[in-house]
Amino acid sequence: MKEIKHLVMSLSPIERKILPFLELPIDEIMSHSGLDEVSIQRALEYLSNKKIVNLTTKEKEIIDLGENGKKYQKSGLPEKQLLKLLAENPKISLQEAASKASLSDNEFKVALGTLKGKALIELKEGNIILKASQDEITKKTLEETFLESLPRNNKNLQPEEELAIQNLKKRKEIIEIKKVKEKTIEITDLGKQIQSEKLNENLIEQLTTEMLKTGGYIKKQFRRYDIESQVPSISSSAGKSHFINQTAKYGRKIWTDLGFKEMTGSYVQTSFWNFDALFQPQDHPVRDMHDTFFLKIKGKLPNKEIVEAVKKAHETGVDGSKGWRYKWDEEEAKKVVLRTHTTCLSAQTLAKLTPEDLPAKFFALGKNFRNETIDWSHGFEFNQTEGIVIDENVTFRDLLGYLKEFYKKMGFEKVRFSPAYFPYTEPSVEVNVFHPEKKVWLELGGAGIFRPEVTEPLLGKNIKVLAWGQGFDRILTDYYKIKDLREIADNNIKQLREKKFWIK
Amino acid sequence: MANIKIPTKKFEKHFKLTNEIKHKIPMLGTPLETYNKNEIELEIFPNRPDMLSYQGFIRAFKSFMDKETGLKKYKINKPEKNFEVKIDSSVKDIRPFTACAIVKNLKFDDEKIKEIIDIQEKLHSTVGRNRKKLAIGIYPLEKIKLPIRYTALPPQEIKFQPLEFPREITGQQILSQHPAGRDYGNLLEGKNKFPVFIDANNEILSMPPIINSHNTGKINENTKEIFIECSGFDFDILSKTLNIIVTTLADMGGDIYQMELNYNSGKGNGINSSSIKGGRDGLLRGTIKGKTTTPNLTPEKIKINLDNIENLLGIKLKEAEVKKLLEKMGYNYSNKTVEIPAYRTDILHEVDIIEDIAIAYGYDNFKPTIPDVATIGQEDPKQTFKNKITEILTGLGFLETYSYTLTKKQDQFEKMNKEPKEIIELVDSKTEYNILKQDLLHTSLRTLSENSDSEYPQKIFEIAPIFMKNDLKETGIQEQENLVISISPSNFTEIKQVLNYLGEMLDLKFELKQKDYTQFIQGRVGEIYLNHKMIGLIGEVCPYVQKNWKIKMPTSSLELNLNALFKEVQN
Repeated sequence: MKEIKHLVMSLSPIERKILPFLELPIDEIMSHSGLDEVSIQRALEYLSNKKIVNLTTKEKEIIDLGENGKKYQKSGLPEKQLLKLLAENPKISLQEAASKASLSDNEFKVALGTLKGKALIELKEGNIILKASQDEITKKTLEETFLESLPRNNKNLQPEEELAIQNLKKRKEIIEIKKVKEKTIEITDLGKQIQSEKLNENLIEQLTTEMLKTGGYIKKQFRRYDIESQVPSISSSAGKSHFINQTAKYGRKIWTDLGFKEMTGSYVQTSFWNFDALFQPQDHPVRDMHDTFFLKIKGKLPNKEIVEAVKKAHETGVDGSKGWRYKWDEEEAKKVVLRTHTTCLSAQTLAKLTPEDLPAKFFALGKNFRNETIDWSHGFEFNQTEGIVIDENVTFRDLLGYLKEFYKKMGFEKVRFSPAYFPYTEPSVEVNVFHPEKKVWLELGGAGIFRPEVTEPLLGKNIKVLAWGQGFDRILTDYYKIKDLREIADNNIKQLREKKFWIK
Repeated sequence: MANIKIPTKKFEKHFKLTNEIKHKIPMLGTPLETYNKNEIELEIFPNRPDMLSYQGFIRAFKSFMDKETGLKKYKINKPEKNFEVKIDSSVKDIRPFTACAIVKNLKFDDEKIKEIIDIQEKLHSTVGRNRKKLAIGIYPLEKIKLPIRYTALPPQEIKFQPLEFPREITGQQILSQHPAGRDYGNLLEGKNKFPVFIDANNEILSMPPIINSHNTGKINENTKEIFIECSGFDFDILSKTLNIIVTTLADMGGDIYQMELNYNSGKGNGINSSSIKGGRDGLLRGTIKGKTTTPNLTPEKIKINLDNIENLLGIKLKEAEVKKLLEKMGYNYSNKTVEIPAYRTDILHEVDIIEDIAIAYGYDNFKPTIPDVATIGQEDPKQTFKNKITEILTGLGFLETYSYTLTKKQDQFEKMNKEPKEIIELVDSKTEYNILKQDLLHTSLRTLSENSDSEYPQKIFEIAPIFMKNDLKETGIQEQENLVISISPSNFTEIKQVLNYLGEMLDLKFELKQKDYTQFIQGRVGEIYLNHKMIGLIGEVCPYVQKNWKIKMPTSSLELNLNALFKEVQN
């Protein structure tokens, strides 16, 4: 009983208005309630949610007049027209009948066939002879009676009606059978019960400040809401940080939790920091305009001590290395580029460290550039996360340990390492992670231990430095199920509003 | 990046391509790119040009898999009569060095010729740096009369029929008429003499690094003996590249013969390497003087400290284990000394050997560890500040955007009704994004412009760097982090409310001074001041600018220097 009462109290004013008329078709509900169709449809949905009505949409077949059917409705069926002609000329030659009857050749043939089939005429020596009685001439045929009853449902048909349909179907476009959808309202037992309930008219629809002030709510009841019903989305008014920054924030947290300090620096760098300090020979293909963005500017080199040390590493080697053995050119090192990796920040950080700063751990997370066209899998800007660990006692196994930990925190339990090559690390390693859903290995980045030719010039001593630069965009696009890299920076406001939060 | 393709059948003569082998191949440092029943494709890293052929790869892989380990021995024959190349001093400023060899008893067929040309091309594009550093020539010995001279001649005096060309032309004409001349001619640009190899009949064999002669520089199935030369600027790398080729040919069944190189020939005292660009005597090893013979397959030796292996890799290895691992990688080891195959170009330091020990040990056999390196983690304070700004603005219902750092001239200037000046341009950008941003306002308007079908109001912000020229900086460029905010539709009041709220939350006092800027509506724009310093602009966006961007709703924006705010907040 309580449920019925609650249900009654949950009826909105519009639902109340249409409740008495639910047995009627929608157009009649409209005229009785004075409401428009949209409001009625919506109210019916609500009533259906409350199980007061069952709304069913049924597909039914309607038999209706076809193109020719409509025509014959006015002029009569061809056989009737011919019969009328014969009533005036009981014996007439086929030729004359054809010319006098205003029928097409085809219609004339059909008319003849039909009348003959019903034994209303006889054909003899090129003449048509009327056999029908007066009654048979004026009486409506089965087909005529049926056509007059259209449109109608294609069900509950009498046997003679079925016969009429069969006959008419054989003829061109007299009738057609259409499928239409029909919404039917069926009042449930619960609905009938509700209809018989007395409706309390004094429910409060909306609590107002006025009521709060005057106590207008006292001893009154509120209309109950159907809290399960749908409400419009408010994502269009939501403020949100960009998903790339949400992900980056998490990346930073992983590193700071592991005791790493953040390094930052410019996007614009001299080749010295981006390449030379990292022992990349000056004729290395990456230092070509096809791969790297150069600016039309010559930069300055840092202090002479570091420049000389780097030069020596390239030319003759340091710490027992043979070096690259070529003449290192200062001018080449002055060329200004957009950084191609965050590893240039690691080089700058190492150059600033003093022995007292050790051991030390640093990370960076940021944008890098390459001279590249844009398509779904390429772009000229990409994000990387970089790390270095500077300590006498760290080893290759520790390098693998940090990387494994980072990816575990990013949600990749299985990590695989294989040999790789970078001019500035030895040993070098490539990091692959196993994608648990796609069941494939993803290639995510490179790592290694900085070569003595890198560390000695920058640190003044060959101290071990574990180093890595891991692609960040791949992690991000995978998490957000982005298939096209261009989506990262396309700022589609609708998508940004709907994009899920980074939850890790 | 260079890849090689190997017929699967050929590979399977040695190893069945099982799942285990598929896993082992990348563990040698040769990622398995693709494979099917016809072909296997591998990536070869730039430090291992010796693996740029089927022969080179299989040599390394067999050893890695414990078949035929240790330093591979190659029989090398002394120079026969006239196996000599005389290097004239005229080449010293042009292309100073060459390393040469003769290989006999070759049985060429179509496939082998293709293989040889393939190795040659791969070496050109990798170690050869597209023939700039090194170029390789291969010639049928029966067409040549030894000895050979390597000299330089004025281009108009060089006349021969270049490979696959209908007639004889001059050196100069080769550069403009022959496809290889057009591709590589820039390597001889500005030289008044071009290098040539000439035989004892005074026939020109080739003009390196461009093209061989059609008559004397083309091998075919009947070729049994060949002459090989590498020319370039670093004798050491030339010799090693020559070693890569001759050992590959030996693996195909050929016999290697040395040649005598005479760097004392011609007038003067041979090549004085101190005058050569890219070489200084005593300093650089890639030079040579006097007489020498190549190829030289004597292994270089390097001392190795066993402690360093443990220090670097974190694994304890007995000497016998080290020896075994090194032999898996094609080295010999005895008595703390490693013998390096003469075709390895990449061993500069002990660490290069240690990496090979790690590869032989198996990267997947290392147990990752996290060491106890006690340090304190810290986010960059400016990053923390940026996060605060984001928090404040998202609290007001703003959506953060993320745009490219590069931009287009049209967007930065034309559409903003701004004079193009102080442009910071990139060289040969592959897209129309070819300058660095001077402001963020235009990116913010671009975003609104591209979203006219999204629901309004649109409230957006972005934090990103802008760039300006500054000679005091190391790079000549100063980077400054800015904040841009736009609301559409809105008016001056609404954008000023946001600025004020930001000021209140950060405990900063902004002042506005009315001043007109063409991007904004006259009289509805001002400069933002913080502590008597101009830090930004605020206003209603000019309708002409809005029209350029096809923005439908009246928009107001502000842009300010976030570095200045950060500095102020820190004080």
